[in-house]
Amino acid sequence: MNNSNNNNKILEIKELKREFRMGTEIVRALKGVSFDVSPGEFVTIMGSSGSGKTTLLNVLGCLDKPSDGTYLLDGVNIGQLSRDELARLRNRKIGFVFQAYNLLARTSALENVELPLFYNSALTASDRRERAIKALEAVKLAERLDHMPNQLSGGQQQRVAIARALVNEPVMILADEATGNLDTRTSYEIMALLQELNQNGKTIVFVTHEPDIAAFSSRTVMLRDGRVIKDSKNENIKSARQALADLPVTDDY
Amino acid sequence: MNFFNLIRIALRALQRNKLRAFLTMLGIIIGVGAVIAMVAIGQGSKQSIQDQLSSMGSNMITIRPNSNSTVGGGARLDATNLQTLKLEDVQAIERQAKFITAVSPQVSGRGQAISGALNWPTSIQGVAPNYLDIRDWELKDGVPFSDNDVKAASKVCLIGQTVVENLFSAGESPVGKTIRFNKIPFKVIGVLSEKGENAFGQDQDDIILAPYSTVQKRILAIPYIQNIYAAALDENSSAQATAEVSEILRTAHKLKATDDDDFTVRTQAELINTFSSTSQLLTVLLAAIAGISLVVGGIGIMNIMYVSVTERTKEIGLRMSIGARGIDILLQFLIEAILISITGGIIGIILGITASRLITVFLSWPTLVSESSIVLSFLVCTVTGVFFGYYPAVKASRLDPIEALRYE
Repeated sequence: MNNSNNNNKILEIKELKREFRMGTEIVRALKGVSFDVSPGEFVTIMGSSGSGKTTLLNVLGCLDKPSDGTYLLDGVNIGQLSRDELARLRNRKIGFVFQAYNLLARTSALENVELPLFYNSALTASDRRERAIKALEAVKLAERLDHMPNQLSGGQQQRVAIARALVNEPVMILADEATGNLDTRTSYEIMALLQELNQNGKTIVFVTHEPDIAAFSSRTVMLRDGRVIKDSKNENIKSARQALADLPVTDDY
Repeated sequence: MNFFNLIRIALRALQRNKLRAFLTMLGIIIGVGAVIAMVAIGQGSKQSIQDQLSSMGSNMITIRPNSNSTVGGGARLDATNLQTLKLEDVQAIERQAKFITAVSPQVSGRGQAISGALNWPTSIQGVAPNYLDIRDWELKDGVPFSDNDVKAASKVCLIGQTVVENLFSAGESPVGKTIRFNKIPFKVIGVLSEKGENAFGQDQDDIILAPYSTVQKRILAIPYIQNIYAAALDENSSAQATAEVSEILRTAHKLKATDDDDFTVRTQAELINTFSSTSQLLTVLLAAIAGISLVVGGIGIMNIMYVSVTERTKEIGLRMSIGARGIDILLQFLIEAILISITGGIIGIILGITASRLITVFLSWPTLVSESSIVLSFLVCTVTGVFFGYYPAVKASRLDPIEALRYE
């Protein structure tokens, strides 16, 4: 890409500020956040509620624009883009995974995964299908193509959602409390899947408030009151697969 | 984003809610079906009245004595008892009128017709030979009577099918037989072709035609005539013919400029117009009532689309987060609304045509499904879809993806 910089960062955030006007009061949710994410990193963004975590997530996901400061996503400055250009960017460069899965009801897993591709007119119907099947294979749901969301467990639904996030081959997967609705075992399963994707080169940004989950990532950015208070590499990455194996069997009932 | 993708997205969204889509459609189905069936009833009755009136001869002109003119002490008389029309009037019209091709006097009386052991109450009409041309009537069998029969006041007659059926046994040819009308023997020389009922439900086949001179002298014993029938050159010249006939009759009756006409001239075209405009009004009325249900159907679409936008807020948020632009969302909802209304429209058209057929078959009402009503109602329901689907679609497209995603 022409406008990417030399370091080839996925995310470059400098002095990012976001303010909201609530009546006469101005709420400053982000007060100058700066950090970069390189390709292949697995970053967790942590913080308690009110830390600006959600606001940052919205900006990172190109759903919202910063009030001040710059945000380059894969070299593109999103501050200058229109609503439609942001939509296009979300379609091509970001894969969202939500806490509540957000699958379309009464729609098969395959069609749910195909959904982002419908908004990319360059693709034909057979391209769409092929890529969606590949994405579902990557999350080990190749046998569940025609299942409706209500025929799938929570973990399976989240895996469909991850496949949907993968299908457009984004530069970054942006997960928002993606294990928040799942029990420990299923959470670990999802984390194991994300770790596997990460090992295959996917950049993952995972927003959470659970320190437990952050242990599986390669780096943690801690937010408090709209500022970064800690940004550290995780020297001792926990393996989700191992954690899964260590879970007591009595957890199953 | 290509258009084909949007149609597929909209179709899938509708498939997810089949029952709701169908119920929404129902408003349009009933609306369009009602418009088509109602217009078909209106048009059908208009057409059948028009056909029947023109089958009576669309260039026919009828001249009757005016019942407003009074005799003696001011008592008004029934038109048939008025004696203002004379044979001389017929001759005057025959000689002078340029827009009239044929003219015939007419007198009529009721009585009992008898043939052998059978009898039948019917009416006899005394006319000139060219009355058949004026009325556009034909003979099925035999020959018409001639001017010589008129001069000689011959006792010959032509009879209608109803009379044939009641006076003769099946298969028996009446031509050459003699029937008696009010005890006067008439030789049947011809049988009129069947004409069925006229627009007012009268049996047009229950008739005996005889030379007017015979009826005047031998049946009614009157010197005057009751009506004059004439044929204008063609339908378009009937107005000129009417004016001309009025002028000739006023002169013949020696009316002063201040006097009212003592006769009435009516054209068939006038009659057709009167009935046409009545049934046109009926059509408009029926269509308006049906149109209201179409509008109600449209409001139904709007209502459901609004509910749908609210209910699917989270879906909209998701679609936006994975790359749908505002315009994509707007078009999706608009296409959903249009698909609902067009599908409903097509089903409604089929329903309307079927209903019209059933009405004709079971109620024997004439119906006429016009192409214009199909095209029009189809256009109306498409426009309805766009119009009532637009605002909900705009509402959907303007949602903030962040809030839409968090909507519970």
